[in-house]
Amino acid sequence: MKRPKVDSSEFQAKVSRRALLLGGVQLGFMGLLGLRMRQLQVEQADQYRLLAEENRINIRLIPPARGEIFDRNGITLARNQPSYRINIVREDAGDIDDVVHRLSSLVTLEDEDITRALAEMKRSAPFLPVTFADHVSWEEVSRVAVNAPALPGVTPEVGLSRQYPMGKDFAHVVGYVGPVSDYDLSKIENPDPLLRIPRFQIGKVGIEAKHEAELRGSAGTKRVEVNSVGRVMRELDRQEGLQGQDLQLTIDQKLQSYIQARLGEESAAAIVMDCQNGDLLAVCSAPTFDPNQFVTGISVANYQELTDNKYRPLAAKSVQGTYPPGSTFKMITALAALEDGLISSEDTVWCPGHLEVSDRKFHCWKRAGHGHMNLNKALRESCDVYFYELALELGIDRISAMSEKLGLGHRHDLPLSGIASGLNPTREWKEQVRGQNWVPGDTVNVSIGQGFVLASPLQLAVMTARLASGKSLDPRVVKSVNGVETPRVDAPSLGLNENNLRQVRRAMFDVSNNRRGTAYGSRIIDDAARLAGKTGTSQVRNITAAERAAGVTRNEDLPWERRDHALFVNFAPMEDPKIAVAVVVEHGGGGSKAAAPIARDITLQALFDGDPPLEAYPSRDRRKIKEQQDRLRVLMPDRDGNRGDART
Amino acid sequence: MSYLEYTVKSVPTGPRKVLYLNWPLILLLSAVAGVGFMMLYSVAGGGFSPWAEPQIKRFVMGLGLMMVVALIPIWFWRSISSGAYLGTILLLVLVEVMGSVGMGAQRWIDLGFMRLQPSELMKITLVMALAAYYDWLSPDRVSRPLWVLLPVLAILLPTALVLRQPDLGTSLLLIMGGAMVMFMAGVHWGYFAAVTTLGVGLITAVFQSRGTTWQLLKDYQYRRIDTFLDPASDPLGAGYHITQSKIALGSGGWTGRGFMQGTQSRLNFLPEKHTDFIFTTLAEEFGFLGGISLLGLYALIIVFSITAALVNRDRFSSLLILGIAATFFLFFAVNMSMVMGLAPVVGVPLPLVSYGGSAMLVLMVAFGLIQSAHVHRPR
Repeated sequence: MKRPKVDSSEFQAKVSRRALLLGGVQLGFMGLLGLRMRQLQVEQADQYRLLAEENRINIRLIPPARGEIFDRNGITLARNQPSYRINIVREDAGDIDDVVHRLSSLVTLEDEDITRALAEMKRSAPFLPVTFADHVSWEEVSRVAVNAPALPGVTPEVGLSRQYPMGKDFAHVVGYVGPVSDYDLSKIENPDPLLRIPRFQIGKVGIEAKHEAELRGSAGTKRVEVNSVGRVMRELDRQEGLQGQDLQLTIDQKLQSYIQARLGEESAAAIVMDCQNGDLLAVCSAPTFDPNQFVTGISVANYQELTDNKYRPLAAKSVQGTYPPGSTFKMITALAALEDGLISSEDTVWCPGHLEVSDRKFHCWKRAGHGHMNLNKALRESCDVYFYELALELGIDRISAMSEKLGLGHRHDLPLSGIASGLNPTREWKEQVRGQNWVPGDTVNVSIGQGFVLASPLQLAVMTARLASGKSLDPRVVKSVNGVETPRVDAPSLGLNENNLRQVRRAMFDVSNNRRGTAYGSRIIDDAARLAGKTGTSQVRNITAAERAAGVTRNEDLPWERRDHALFVNFAPMEDPKIAVAVVVEHGGGGSKAAAPIARDITLQALFDGDPPLEAYPSRDRRKIKEQQDRLRVLMPDRDGNRGDART
Repeated sequence: MSYLEYTVKSVPTGPRKVLYLNWPLILLLSAVAGVGFMMLYSVAGGGFSPWAEPQIKRFVMGLGLMMVVALIPIWFWRSISSGAYLGTILLLVLVEVMGSVGMGAQRWIDLGFMRLQPSELMKITLVMALAAYYDWLSPDRVSRPLWVLLPVLAILLPTALVLRQPDLGTSLLLIMGGAMVMFMAGVHWGYFAAVTTLGVGLITAVFQSRGTTWQLLKDYQYRRIDTFLDPASDPLGAGYHITQSKIALGSGGWTGRGFMQGTQSRLNFLPEKHTDFIFTTLAEEFGFLGGISLLGLYALIIVFSITAALVNRDRFSSLLILGIAATFFLFFAVNMSMVMGLAPVVGVPLPLVSYGGSAMLVLMVAFGLIQSAHVHRPR
C-alpha cells in the first residue's frame, strides 16, 4: 500500500479542533443530563416519592372482632368462634384438578363451590389464595393438615365467624349476621371499606342489625409492601383496629329459653317486662328458627321451609305482630271512665246479653247476659255490655287518650327489627285513612278491644306494666354497651288517680283469684306470687247472623286461621308488682284456656328464677305441671347452649 | 503522521508495555463496572446470583481480553480493520438468514460460553474501518463527494441490516457514531447540514407513512414514539416503562434511599431493571449524588479518551480513539436520556453497568484498542 505524503500537522490540527468541539458538545450534553437529573431528583422529588409510595404500599384492612352479646347475667348470646376455611394457592398447587380431587376425599366439597372457586382462581393472581370450602369443621381441617404433603398449595385458614350458642331461643331478639350483600351496600351512603372485605359479616336483623355501629368496631390497617403484580413482600406496620363493643341485654336467658320451650311450636308470642324499671326480661316469639344457619348460609330448601310454614317462624310476633287486644283493652275503658268521674266503682249496669246501638245489635260474649254488673265484676267476668255502655257515654276521644297514655299506638323505641306501632284509632285517623266519620258503633267495638284497635304483645306488656306501676315506663332491651349502662331517666308518673288504678288492679286480681274470675283456673296460690291479670279473646272474623243462628261458634270446629286469638296480660305479685307479662296465642281460642296458663307458668318461672315449687299451683294442676317441668327442662339449653343429653 | 514516519524503536516492547498503558482509564472503567456489580447485586435483592456474579466474571474476562488487545501493536489492528468490518457484515447477514430460517427475531450467535451479538461488534468494527479509511485517504480528498459517499455507504449497509432485526437503538448508534468519526476526520460542514435537513425530512416521512402500506417503522416503534411524547397517556400500558422509571428516579431525591433500599426496582415495578433501566436503581438508591457521580465517571472516561486521542499523532489511532469514545458517549447518553424521559425507549444498555455479555466484552475490546493505540503511539 502506497502511502501518500500528507501535510500531517495541518490535518492533525483539524482533527484536534473537531475533537475538542465534539468533546465539548458531549460534555455539554452530559451537563444537560445532569440538569435533568437534578430536575427529577431534587426539584420534583417530593412528587415522585409520593408516586413511589403509592406504587409499593398497599393498605390492607384487618377486620375487627365483632362485639359479643350477653344476657343480663353475663351468659353469652352471640360470640365469635374460629371458623376454618380451606384455601388453595394456584402457583403452589401444581395440577389443580388433581389436588381438588384429593381434597374432596378429605373434605366435603360442593360441586357448586368448586366451580365457583376454579373460576375465581382463573381471574386472580396465581399467588392469591382462593377459598374452596368455608365453615369447615375442626376434624376436616385436621385431616387436611395431616395430609398436607399430598396436598400442595392447600392451606387451612382461621377466621372468626358469628355463633349463637342459644340458637333459636334468641333468633328474634339478637337476630343474626350474614355476608354483606350488594343490596346492603346500595342502602349505605358511604360504606365503610370494611364492608368490601369478602365474606365480611354484618348484622341483618334484630340487635345485630340495629346495633351494627357499636358491634362492628373499626378496622385496623396494615401497610404492606407489594410488588408490581400485588404480591405481598412484607408488612411495614400495622395499626390495630378497635374491637367491636360488647352488648349486655336486659333479657334473662334462662327465662327466655324457658318461655321458648313453653311456647314450643305454638304460634305465639310472650313478653316479660320488669314493671319497676321497664327492662324487658324476655321477648319471645314461636315458632322460631336457628339463626346459626343464616350465618353459614341457609340452603334454599331450609329457607323455603321457613317461609312456607303457616306459623311464620321468621316473624318476631312479640314486636311485629299486631292483634285486636280484645278484653285486655277493658282496663283502658274502665280507667278512662273512672278518671273522667263518669262512674264510681259501685255504679252498676244491667247486662241482658246484648246492646243495641243505632239499629245494630252488639252482643256480650255471654249470650244469657251477666245481670247487674259493677266495675269489679265487669272486669273479672269480662262483661262486654258494661263497657259498651261506658263507651257510649265516654266517646272515642277520651278512650283513645287513655289508650295513648298507656302506650297503645306508640312505636316503642327498641333496637329490634320491624317494631309495629299498632293502631290506637281516633276520629282524625278514621277520617284521614278511611274517609268516613266516626260512629258510636266504632267506639263500642273499641271499648272491648275489637274493631280498629290493634296492639302488639310488647304494647300490651307495656300497658300492663304502666297499670301496675302507675308510671310511664318505657321498655328497654339493651342494658349496657361496652360496660356502660344505657342511661335512663326515672319514668314519670302517668298522672292517674292512684285510687282508680287500685280499683282496676283489684279487679285484675279477682280475674284469677275470684272463683268467678275468667282466669280462676290459672290462679297462683302462693301468696308471695299472686298474679293480677286479664284474659282476652279477640275475634278475627265477623260472626254472621246465619252462623249465630246455626250455633257454629265453637273455635275447635273452625279452621286454625279463623279461630280467635287468645290473649292474657298480668302483673305479679299483686302487692309490690315486679313483672308484667303479656301472652298472645295466635288463633289459640279463648284467652282463659290458651293464654292464661302459659302466663301463669311464665310468671312463676320469672318470680322464682327457675322452676317454681309445685305448691304455688292449685293442687289439681300439680301433677300435670310436674310432667311439664320435666319435659321442658330437657328442651332448655344450659349456660353454654347445650341441649338435651349434651347438657352439663 | 503515520507509523511509517517514526521509528518503531521508540515504542516500548515486551512486558514493559504494561507500564505504558493508560492506567487512569483502566481504573475509571473498573470503577464504572464496580458500580454495575453493586447495582446488579442490589436488584437481585442482595445476591450475587443471578446477575452480579456472571457480570463480574465477564468483566474479569473482558479485562484480560483488553490487555491482550492492548499489547498487540496498533498497526496490526489497523491492517485487519477492513477485514473485521467485512467479517461483521457477514455475521449480520448470517443472523439475518438464521433468523428467517425459523428462530424468530434472533440477534445473536451462540458461541457456547456467550451469545455474541454481531450488531454490538459492528459498532467497533465500523469505527475501525472508518478510521482506517481516513488514515488511508489523502486529507485533501476527504470532502470530495465520491470519497464522502464511500464511508456513508459503509455506515448505511450495517445500519440497514441491524434495522431489519429490528434494533432501532443500535441502528441510531451506528449512524451517529459513524457520522461523528466522519466529522472528526474533517468532512465538510455542508454535508452534515445537508444530512440533518434530510433527517428532519425523513422523520416527517416516517410519521406521514404511519398507517399506510409503506409504513417505515414497526407499530411498536411508533407506539414507543407516541408514549415518549406523552408517557402519561398510557401509564400502565406502553408508557409504563418511562413513567415507572421516572418515579423510581425521582423518588431517589438528593441522597437516595440507601443501598439495597430501593423499592421501585426491587419490587419489580421497573421493567428490565437489570439491563436497560439499571440506572434508575442507582438513582433511586443513591439519589442525585449517586447519579451525578456515575455521570462524572463517564465524563472522565470521555475526557481521558479525548486527551489520549489528542496526544496521539498517528491519524488512525486518534480517529479510532475518538470514534470509540464517541460510541461510548452515545451509549450512555442515549440510555440516560431514555430513562430520564428525554428520548424514546430504544433498548440501549448503560455501558459497563447493564447486565449483558456482548456489550461488555465488545466495549472492553474497544478500550483495548484505545490502550493499544496509546501504548504504541508515536513518540
